[in-house]
Formats: sequence, C-alpha cells, structure tokens
Amino acid sequence: MDSKKPNRRGFLRGSAALAGLAGAKVARGQTQGMPPKKIDELIAYGERSRFVNSIRVPVAERHSPDEFGLTFHVLTPLQDSSGIITPSSLFYTATHRGSYVPDIDPKEHRLMIHGMVDRPLIFTMEELKRLPYVSRIHFIECLGNRARPTHKTVQETHGLTSCAEWTGVPLSLLLKEAGVQSAASWIVAEGAEEVKGASSIPLAKAMDDCMVCYAMNGEPLRPQQGFPLRLMAPGFEGIYQIKYLRRIKLVDRYYMTYDDYGHINPDPKVTALTHEIGPKSVITFPSGGQQLSGPGFYEISGLAWSGTAAIKSVEVSTDGGRSWKSAELRSPALPMAHTRFGLHWSWNGQESILMSRCTDALGSIQPTRAEVAKYWNQPLDGNFRVPGADNSVQPWRVAADGSVHNGLA
Amino acid sequence: MVWRKVAIVAITAIFELCQSAWTQTPTYGVGRTPTPEEIRAWDIAISPTGKELPQGHGSAKEGAALFVSKGCGGCHGASGSGGHAPTLVPSKGAQPAMAMTCLAPCVNDSNAMAIHSPFATTIWDYINRGMPLGKEGSLTPNEVYALTAYILYKSNVVKEDDVMDAENLPKVKMPNRDGFALPPAWKHGAPRLPGYPQNR
Repeated sequence: MDSKKPNRRGFLRGSAALAGLAGAKVARGQTQGMPPKKIDELIAYGERSRFVNSIRVPVAERHSPDEFGLTFHVLTPLQDSSGIITPSSLFYTATHRGSYVPDIDPKEHRLMIHGMVDRPLIFTMEELKRLPYVSRIHFIECLGNRARPTHKTVQETHGLTSCAEWTGVPLSLLLKEAGVQSAASWIVAEGAEEVKGASSIPLAKAMDDCMVCYAMNGEPLRPQQGFPLRLMAPGFEGIYQIKYLRRIKLVDRYYMTYDDYGHINPDPKVTALTHEIGPKSVITFPSGGQQLSGPGFYEISGLAWSGTAAIKSVEVSTDGGRSWKSAELRSPALPMAHTRFGLHWSWNGQESILMSRCTDALGSIQPTRAEVAKYWNQPLDGNFRVPGADNSVQPWRVAADGSVHNGLA
Repeated sequence: MVWRKVAIVAITAIFELCQSAWTQTPTYGVGRTPTPEEIRAWDIAISPTGKELPQGHGSAKEGAALFVSKGCGGCHGASGSGGHAPTLVPSKGAQPAMAMTCLAPCVNDSNAMAIHSPFATTIWDYINRGMPLGKEGSLTPNEVYALTAYILYKSNVVKEDDVMDAENLPKVKMPNRDGFALPPAWKHGAPRLPGYPQNR
C-alpha cells in the first residue's frame, strides 16, 4: 500500500551488470571505482575522506543481499568507532525474515492506533510532527549479537549493536490521545514492509519511555532504519524497534506474532533474560584483527551499555581477569545508551588477555561466561551457549607480536 | 485530626478523579478517526483467541494443491523440508520442539512452526501477512486456511479431512501449547532477573 517494492527483474539485471563491472572494488569501499563527485554535489551533501573506508559487512550466516535481493543482518564496524554515536550510514541493519527495504513516500504513510482505546486515531507524518517531541540517545542491539570462537573481529562478535540520537513523539502521548481502556495490557506494533513485522510489547513499557521516531542523528530516519517512522523501545532487543511503523493495536494479551514466536522459551528465567539487553561491554581497541606496532603506551577504548539503566562503572583487566582496574567513562553515561570508556595501558610486549566488564545503575553486573555457566549449572565447554541475550565478557588476546585475536578461540 | 485526614483523602480522591478524566480527554486534537474499512484492512495480527480471523475455511487436501500451485515448495522444499527457507514439515515426522528457535530462518526439523508454535493462529497469521515471498497479502482467507490445514496435517497435528475455520483453528491442540513462558511483567528500573548471575 505505502511501500513500493523494487522491480525484482530490474534488480537482478542491475546486480548482474554491477557484478561484471565492479566486483571486489565495491566490496572494499563504496566510493572506489566511481567517478569523483562534482564540487557542487559535495557542497550540497558532504561525504567522508577517500582515505576513510570503514564499512559494514553482512553476517556470515546469511549474505545480504541474498539470492532474492533481500537484506538480512548487517554488522557495524565497531573497531573503527569513536564516541557513542553510530553514523546512520554505518548503523547495524537487521530485518525480519530478510526483507526488501521499502521505498515509502512519507506523504502516503499513516500511523493508526486502535483496539482497546476510546478513540481510534490515524495520523499523517505531518500531523505527528506537529506534536510535542523528545530527542534521546539510545542503543539498539539484536538478540543475535553473540560472540563465537570463529569470529575474528569485534565487528563479527558485537557488530549488531549501534547507538543514535532519536527524535519523535512519546508513545504515551499518542496513547493518551486515543484514550487507553483499562482492560488493555499489551500493544501490538506493526510495520508497513512486505512482511509487516509485528511484536507484542507490555503496555507498561509503551506508556513509560517508548517513542514514535521520525528522525535519527539529526535527519529523517534512513530507509534501512525504518523511514519514515519507527518505534523506539529503549533497552529492548532490536526486534521490538518496529521499522516502517504503521499500526499500534491495544490488546488484552500477548499476541504471539511470528516475531514473538521466534523468541519463546519454556523457562521463565531465560525469557526474562531474552527481551531486555543486560549490562554489556566490549573493548573496541585493541580488538580482534588489529595490530599493535610494538610495546609502549596505548589507550584501551571500548563501549558499555545496559537495557535497563545507565552505566555506572566499567572495569578493565589486562591479565585475563586476575586483576581489574577502574576504567574512566569518556562520554555521558545515559540510560540505555552506549557509553565510551577508556584506560591508559603500557604494553610490555608480552602476551596479554584484555577484558572489560560493566555494572549498571541498578547494580547488575556483566558476567563472564564461566559465571553464567555456573549460574545455570552447565559445563563451560565449546558447546556452552549463554541463555537469553548474551552479555558475557569478551576476551581479546594480544600476542607477543602485537597481533590481536578473539580470546574465545 | 481524623476530620483533617478525611478531608485530605477526599481532596486527593477528587484530584485523582479529575486527573484521570483529564488524561482520557484528547489534549491536542491532532489526527482523525479511521473508518471501519481502514481498520479492517490493517487489522491483520491474529490473537491466540482467533478474534481477528476472517470467515472462510480450508482443508489439507486443498492446501496440498495450493502448496504446489503457489510455488511454496520452491523455497520450502517439495515436501515442506530441505529447501533454503524455513522447514514447514519435519522430514522425520513430528519431533519435540527445541527450547530456542533460531533467529535466522531455521532449516531444520526441530523448529518447524507446526511443532514449535503454541498456537495455530500464529501460522495462519504469518502465511496471511508474509507469504508468498514477493506477493505477500495476495492469498484469500480460504487459501490461508487450506495451507494452514495442510501444514498442520503433514506435521501430524490435525487429520487430513479436518476443515479449518475461524471457529476451530484457535482450538487446535498444538504439541508445544504450554512450551513457553510469558515475558515477566515489565517495570521501570527493575533488573531483568534479580540476582542474575550472582552478587559479586
């Protein structure tokens, strides 16, 4: 209805032609091999230096675009990140099932609120933008963000989390405008893309801090991030951040949508650890695949975040967890936002295992894999999988030659 | 003393009444009322109670023919397994559900939807909204009932001559009906799981 699918035959023709032309050049950097832009184009819309070539990569498990031209999960290059904001063009991308990124005309887009409300309402984008709004910085992380021993880089182990400034209307404002009936206890939020991804969200969360967002990092949402409208449910896993948001229905039960169903577990404890992201941190420098030039001073840098609160403190170990030092927070520590930490480090040239762990404002502590295994009374072997969202400590091994490797390998 | 307390309680009660009445009145008056047709066209999330299911019916036999004519086997495998899209019919018959479905489309027996989903309504819902790839939303209610019946029958959940409709679909006894825990009641500023993993 509001979404236009790209013509698939046209797409395949186009991609075949591209593959013949560019191939490896396209993979290395998006500007390489293309004619330089005219100065008036660059005055109108700036671009990064041709010497900066940090790029996203698709998850190894399923390539994007796949054989149908669908986008699945794409990883952000955390190893190159600074500060706490992910540039919109590098923000991780994930879709339900694998999906076309729809080409939605915002003039045609609508948001409908109905179900157990006194007054069903339908809004145009122009109407939503007339309403009071807020801007907040929040991360989004996919539940599939799970380090494996085979992963080489922090992009592969942790690249399904990103953080941005979001602007939009508080969902509570819209729900009050519609008049929520007392029997309502959940909302079903749904997108306009061809699979119409939908999730059940507790009404308490919807009324607390959820936002209906039309902007990200100071500009309209990018199409891969839900243009023209997406839900932001701070701290909840990525699948709840409904893109291309077109409908919110107030209901009296968990609806068990396809996306809900994909996350069910019989154990209430695992379920409790699945929907919100736990306190989590990772060192982004030095991290897997990077190279230290020799012994001497290095500033260890990393990110910490929690789905339930702000980050209170971060500790870093350079000896595999035998001793821990307090890291410095180098950015504002905002609720449900990436927080940058740093620690001075003089590398003596010997093999070192670097790790970080964080504590959030509720006092919840990021666990090691060993602590998680102990909690569940399971052996910590190669098959051990952290139940729920994996927020376990990530080790990086700095070898004597300065090369950095995944400590889980 | 007592009277003062009563007065405070009464004033508080009146204030709260006013407040709740106030929150139930639109403040901004922006947006319009959707028409019943607009609501019906978009009201596609199907409750486990089946509340939103449209009239219609379909059998496994009709579903088997549709499975071929709509090209489902092209992605899901001719018999509902072995394709590069999620397994619909376990190749070795019904098997116990795995504790956790995979987030990527699952091409294995344990996560077939008829085996793992606690409610048959979820299957109807997803075929209706998300299938077939590239022609989503093009199936009629009868076709969706028939395809749902076919998948349930092939997974040994219903009989071949059972006709699925809005009345009986929500009542299908699914093998994993009780195999899930509801997300805990959400509360602002509460830890996900108190005491997890341990207090250091």
